[in-house]
Amino acid sequence: MALIEAINPLLTAGWAKGDAGWGIKEYEARGGYQALKRILAEKMTQDQVIAEVKTSVLRGRGGAGFPTGLKWSFMPKGAPVKYVVCNTDEGEPGTFKDRDILRYDPHAVIEGMIIAGYAVGAALGYNYIHGEIFELYERFEQALAEARAAGYLGKNILGAGLDFDLFAHQGWGAYICGEESALLESIEGKKGQPRFKPPFPAQVGLFGKPTTINNTETFAAIPFVFRIGGSAYLDLGKPNNGGTKLFSVSGHVNKPGNYEVPMGTPFAKLLEMAGGMRGGRKLKAVIPGGSSAPVLSADIIMDCTLDYDSIAKAGSMLGSGAVIVMDETVCMVQALERLSWFYYEESCGQCTPCREGTGWLHKIIHRIEHGQGRPEDLDLLLELGGNIAGRTICALGDAAVLPVQGMLRHFRAEFEYHIEHKKCLVPREVQKAGSTFHTRMMAGAAC
Amino acid sequence: MLELEIDGKALQVADGSTVIDAAHQAGVYIPHFCYHKKLSIAANCRMCLVQVEKAPKPLPACATPVTNGMKVFTHSDMAVKAQQGVMEFLLINHPLDCPICDQGGECQLQDLAVGYGGSRSRYQEEKRVVVNKNLGPLVSTDMTRCINCTRCVRFTQEIAGQMELGQAFRGDRAEIMPFIEKTVDSELSGNIIDLCPVGALTSKPFRFAARSWELARRQSVSPHDALGSNLIVQVKHDRVYRVLPFENEDINECWLSDKDRFSYEGLNSGERLTKPMLKQGGVWKEVEWNQALDYAAHALRDVANEHGGGAVGALVSPHATLEEMVLAGKLMRGLGSENIDFRLRRSDFSGQRAGVPWLGMRIAELNKLDRALVVGAFLRKDHPLIAQRLRQAAKRGTQVSVIHSADDDLLMPLAGKLIAAPSQLPERLAQVVKAAAELKGAAFDMKVAVSPEAKQIAASLVSGQNAAILLGNFAQQHAKAATLNWLAQQLAEILGCRFGFLGEAANSVGGYAAGAVPGANGLDAARMLAEPRQAYLVLGAEAELDCADGRQALAALKQAASVIVLSPFKSAAALEYADAILPIAPFTETSGTFVNAEGRVQSFQAVNRPLGETRPGWKVLRVLANVLKLDGFDHESSEDVREECLGGTGGALLDSLDNAISGVAVELAASAAGLERVAEVPIHFADPLVRRAESLQRTKDAAAPTARMNAATLAALRVAAGSPVKVSRGDAPSILVAALDAGLADNCVRIAAGHASTLNLGALTGALKVEPA
Repeated sequence: MALIEAINPLLTAGWAKGDAGWGIKEYEARGGYQALKRILAEKMTQDQVIAEVKTSVLRGRGGAGFPTGLKWSFMPKGAPVKYVVCNTDEGEPGTFKDRDILRYDPHAVIEGMIIAGYAVGAALGYNYIHGEIFELYERFEQALAEARAAGYLGKNILGAGLDFDLFAHQGWGAYICGEESALLESIEGKKGQPRFKPPFPAQVGLFGKPTTINNTETFAAIPFVFRIGGSAYLDLGKPNNGGTKLFSVSGHVNKPGNYEVPMGTPFAKLLEMAGGMRGGRKLKAVIPGGSSAPVLSADIIMDCTLDYDSIAKAGSMLGSGAVIVMDETVCMVQALERLSWFYYEESCGQCTPCREGTGWLHKIIHRIEHGQGRPEDLDLLLELGGNIAGRTICALGDAAVLPVQGMLRHFRAEFEYHIEHKKCLVPREVQKAGSTFHTRMMAGAAC
Repeated sequence: MLELEIDGKALQVADGSTVIDAAHQAGVYIPHFCYHKKLSIAANCRMCLVQVEKAPKPLPACATPVTNGMKVFTHSDMAVKAQQGVMEFLLINHPLDCPICDQGGECQLQDLAVGYGGSRSRYQEEKRVVVNKNLGPLVSTDMTRCINCTRCVRFTQEIAGQMELGQAFRGDRAEIMPFIEKTVDSELSGNIIDLCPVGALTSKPFRFAARSWELARRQSVSPHDALGSNLIVQVKHDRVYRVLPFENEDINECWLSDKDRFSYEGLNSGERLTKPMLKQGGVWKEVEWNQALDYAAHALRDVANEHGGGAVGALVSPHATLEEMVLAGKLMRGLGSENIDFRLRRSDFSGQRAGVPWLGMRIAELNKLDRALVVGAFLRKDHPLIAQRLRQAAKRGTQVSVIHSADDDLLMPLAGKLIAAPSQLPERLAQVVKAAAELKGAAFDMKVAVSPEAKQIAASLVSGQNAAILLGNFAQQHAKAATLNWLAQQLAEILGCRFGFLGEAANSVGGYAAGAVPGANGLDAARMLAEPRQAYLVLGAEAELDCADGRQALAALKQAASVIVLSPFKSAAALEYADAILPIAPFTETSGTFVNAEGRVQSFQAVNRPLGETRPGWKVLRVLANVLKLDGFDHESSEDVREECLGGTGGALLDSLDNAISGVAVELAASAAGLERVAEVPIHFADPLVRRAESLQRTKDAAAPTARMNAATLAALRVAAGSPVKVSRGDAPSILVAALDAGLADNCVRIAAGHASTLNLGALTGALKVEPA
């Protein structure tokens, strides 16, 4: 577990105690629920709360980076029933930050949601927690019970006349349910499939009512925005990229794990925090924002800073902050085959291009990996990608295509080699040497 | 209004229009699969992607709202490339088995693939295969062909009112399927065949029978319920192969009930007559027409001469054409008899009518009601498409209330509901009238105690601007039908709204106009059977199954000296009681007219030649009258007959429509002793044609009648659901299986009519004895 070395830790401040630090007493001891108390004590108006969040330029931590304050301001004022929903359906390969937030600091999410509920005028919230982390779903239920007992949830919170209650909802593991409108469908008891937008959830959301839906990390950051103030929060990061952010570093580094750094931190710094490259091998490529972000080659990523704008300029996206590090032992064809399988498996089946296209992409890449590639395949992949991306109701189609485009942009030669020689550019022995799985199997470890 | 440009054409469209609406208005075709004007927007097929100025990506025309000044390009490079891309994806896993697919030649995917598909596929991998599903006896599946447009899913949810299909699994493993081990049992299920844009859902009865281009398409009118659905009857070699809806927004919209769609199988039944038959010396013989007509004429004339014209009675099917009814009426009057009736399932004929009873409004006006009270109707099964209209209205906020003796799920939200034994229906309706009168400050001096449920219904009705009271078949067949009619009239007066009849059969309105009702001193259907005649003319009906008291009808016909049956079908019962059976054409083999519930006169032509020696009923009656040497039977065509009856109103509304009733002896009955029968006429038992439609007879709606009771009644009888019971009225019991129906009032037993197994039970109403068998 790598929780340390964070710079000015906010989100991860309470993580040091590990599993002993999540309870309400510990949370309160480190300043928890102070932001809520202050907002209520100072009788901040809803507009003031939203303005403060706008000042912080806290951008959505789920991947799209939409400014949170702006999103909250879209909620209609007069509607009698509104909802706040937290998206903990963290399913993007490489991403595991929300899991640890719920593990070590569930009350930060609860406090953030109560503040959001107050700001947008919602009296009810749901936290949608994906199925693979059932023990954290149970922990969140315990945290809810604690918050309710302490008077932070329910009727007339802290005697300030605020009503807000919050419930956990367990998902069942479909990646698509992380898409906000599919998540709403799933809470409603329907098959998780994205809705056509517009209307957006702020107009027609959960059960047809106006709904604000944010990522777990976004809600967890809210108390800190108010504790240190919006402009101070912004100053932690860089302009247009407020605050700190969690990065889930995985792959060929010595210390994979979650790291909190201010927005705008150089990638090289994060790599250093994660213990550097495993076995001292050479960095080959990095997927900087979860599996759907286009891969960047080593030279490009080493020049990037970790914020929405820098990564976008380099041709990829910061996404959820899932940094997948690949060293020189990686076969990019094999890596892409695995990625494309994921999107094929997780396409919801609603829109034609994604339903049919993700499988086709995977089949072609699978062929190339298995020595049956054809010279025309690479252009076909790009053309099919063009027919999927931007043609579907939600962004899963784009997400399936971006890795393909990224790989072919930076590593096309490796794919061409595969097709021509029916084998990998990276020799088999080198691949085996880099494979944790292989190394452990050789050492006789149970796997 | 919004202004936009589509492919350079400027036009104005209404606010809230989508791009596909606007394109339709502009006469520009945008390819699509999942979009359907009657269904919610899914935007999942992506075939309708078009270019919109300033939009970076192509947008789905079906889901993109028009904005002012929008410029849409449906044939630009971006649009066409997007459409071609989608088509390529649609085809990769499609089997392309058009040569063996029933949809071939009328397939949206096939048609659009010509325009947007490549001539060869770039996809060289394995195709997906999907296991077929059993959706019941009407809809056949080839699910590998499915393109997951979800039209069928949305239809069952939104139009039929019950989600019987859904999409399970993800990605290209997604499958459309019913709930596990369930079939699609909606009375509207056949519409999913029309909606399916590929060959995934096709007609099971039509499967592999013909190619669509071999079939002639002829327009016709449904002979079943009083809606008068417009049909396209598809014919090859003088045989009907298939029936499809002919779109008529004012009547059936683009839908058909399964009865309208699949009853054509009865036309090809083995029981069709091909030659006239006479019983001579106790033996049935096929004879020539002149012989048969001579015999029939003499038989009728002899009885009339010997016993007077009143000894002859005519029982006319309410599904007979207007022309047949007109000529049957004239013929009876020519013989000196006023005994003719088409209202065979009615038992209460009291009261004086001001005109022809009808729906009281146009069918299309049902959608615009804001309040509706439906009295005594098995709404979904007796009036599938009217139920559908009310369902759509209810979704938009129309408050629908119900007074009935059964509580079947109407698949729509109800504002109020009163369920009571049949004998108590008038009292319940009177409660609502009383409550409404109190709310409105109107006078209504009948003594009834108003229940909270009645108050709730009345409050709902009073709060509306545009209410209606609709009397269903059950109310019309009720022992106190006139009382119910009178009470509905009182309620309508108090509310200042309309009331009407849902109409039992295709010509329930037409029968009055045709004069197929008894004149002065004539006997109505019930009395003709209660006071048996010497001779009967039976036109198109199977009296034992189509009359209010089948057992009594059978007895009356058996005792008669002569029974002349005009029917397309030979039945065992008719062979027993008739002495002449004359084969007349079903609706597909004759021209004729049905006047539907809203009074719309709908004439149709024959779609094919009559089978064998079968002749159109109007011709048979005309010649029979000629043989009888009656005056006024020189019609050259069915149009002549219609003209004589209606004047020049063909195609328009009847002008004598009026629901007012007077002279009703209003009396609210006390509860009947013993168990009261609640008799429905199941959708697929209702007339001779549908009873012979094999596939419909295999549906759940055509299950053998059971004795349904609520839990308390079953317990009082010490009978368990599923065990046999002896049900009787007088002698000759029927053995039926007891079943639980929680929606019935206490001391009611619900037993279907129109079926041989319940013939012994006699009347549709009244008390029955039930005991463990």
